[in-house]
Amino acid sequence: MSTTQWAALLTMPVAESRDHIQGPADAPVTLVEYGDYECPYCGAAYPIVKEVQARMGDRLRFVFRNFPITTSHPHAERAAEAAEAAAAQGSFWEMHDALYENQKRLRDEDLHVYAEQVGLDVESFDQELAEHVHAARVREDFMSGVRSGVNGTPTFYVNGTRYDDSYDLDTLLGALEEAASN
Amino acid sequence: MHQPPTPLPPGKKAPDFELPSTPDQTVSLAEFRGRPVILAFYPEDWSPVCSDQLALYQELLPEFRKFDAELVGISVDGIWSHLAFAKDRNLHFPLLADFEPKGEVARTYRVYRSNEGTSERALFVIDGDGVVQWSYVSPVGINPGADGILRALDGLAREGGP
Repeated sequence: MSTTQWAALLTMPVAESRDHIQGPADAPVTLVEYGDYECPYCGAAYPIVKEVQARMGDRLRFVFRNFPITTSHPHAERAAEAAEAAAAQGSFWEMHDALYENQKRLRDEDLHVYAEQVGLDVESFDQELAEHVHAARVREDFMSGVRSGVNGTPTFYVNGTRYDDSYDLDTLLGALEEAASN
Repeated sequence: MHQPPTPLPPGKKAPDFELPSTPDQTVSLAEFRGRPVILAFYPEDWSPVCSDQLALYQELLPEFRKFDAELVGISVDGIWSHLAFAKDRNLHFPLLADFEPKGEVARTYRVYRSNEGTSERALFVIDGDGVVQWSYVSPVGINPGADGILRALDGLAREGGP
């Protein structure tokens, strides 16, 4: 063991079978975000990611993984489990968007309302939340992030390497375009 | 130009210390003998990066426990600041006050910044025999995360077995 620095790399590869993905599998660039639904910085990054997706189209594959820091954000874990419960019914991204668009209202009652709006079977949604059916999945995401060097939220990976630069639109888009042309 | 910090390297005996964790309790390194210890030196209570870093470690206490490892935070802040900070941020591990003489423990681990009067943002993983297994100094403004700590604990578990 040594005191040297290492490159922060994504330790759990993106898998079509487990991950929440927008964009084609053969896109030249994959952007992975580790995010927390209650984190204001993630809320600020949310429309930027949307814009980047709109501009890059099929050249970008976007993946979201859960990284709830409950010590700072008491509703983040429940919100993450709610997104996974929606995913179990095929509606991850609809719930993901509802959560980020209503970041300051993430109590259980609120989650129930979003589940209704998204058109989920709310009975099984409520039951899965109550029984923490998706807690293990959220933890798996979280630990994969820790092992990959996630040090706060949001943390992004571009084609498997941690992106340490600013995530304002121009800088992030520039980095993704550069990765696409390599 | 700031000299690059050279923390106490792997293989060195970790200097023992005894520091207050509350107004009437102290914590010494020696009391953890037989178990791995994670020392997280951080510059100051309340600064934004510190809070994120320590919140992440709080979240990881169950993982550290799997290695039977103890986590302690250390800064030059006084004990009352530590108590208020821990309460405000929901931190449930000891924060030790390297307050008097100021920064003495940070100095013995070679992670004191005399110009600023605080410690570096530095991590040490110490094995059950009290020997440094891994050390790392992060740029002060950058949260070092926890992957290095977990790798070091993995290494210890492979060598010694639980």
